[in-house]
Amino acid sequence: MKVSIRYFASLREITGQASETLELAENASIADARTVLLERYPRLQPVMERSVCAVNRRYVPAETSLHNGDEIAFIPPTGGGQPWSPSFN
Amino acid sequence: MEPIIQLTHKPLNRDQLIAAVSHPEVGGIVTFEGVVRNNARGKQVRYLEYEVYEEMATQQIQTIITEAQQRWGVDRVAVAHRFGRLEIGEASVIIVVASPHRSEAFEACRYIIDTLKKTVPIWKKEVATNGEEWVEG
Repeated sequence: MKVSIRYFASLREITGQASETLELAENASIADARTVLLERYPRLQPVMERSVCAVNRRYVPAETSLHNGDEIAFIPPTGGGQPWSPSFN
Repeated sequence: MEPIIQLTHKPLNRDQLIAAVSHPEVGGIVTFEGVVRNNARGKQVRYLEYEVYEEMATQQIQTIITEAQQRWGVDRVAVAHRFGRLEIGEASVIIVVASPHRSEAFEACRYIIDTLKKTVPIWKKEVATNGEEWVEG
């Protein structure tokens, strides 16, 4: 399946783009998408550890399953801290 | 009224937001305005750059306003956030809450700005005299 990834702030600067399409296995979760991105962009590691995830513009836990056409964003910490503890460490 | 939510590159217009929430039944209007400060953690800040996940930020702000409305019964709310480059002294965010009595307006305004800072995907980069970084907290 194909999902779109949106990048913001330091993630956008590290990847050098605002968005891209990712090809994933049919039953992939957010954690799987994260693994693929860390292989592609190892420099994302520190900020990924502090990011939470959104699918289709809602905060979700890391074990959330993905579906074809989903829009994913890893949300690095914003001005006032985290909406909750990071989903992955 | 439907809440006003603005995400814009342009300078924020406080008077326009206050006018939009005004109404004959309103007895108090509380405004919070966040402005760009010239220093942070010992650094001299030159300017800030705000970045927003616009579609998600709009949804999150709507959710926060709805929560505030249910909790304090405030019916007239406007939230505006600017993004892009902001100079020292410019407003980055304005929250305006109007209600029949002041107490609900103060509490709702405080709740909206505090929650916005925590949950709305808006980031700021501090450009200081000795370098630049995306900042947290």
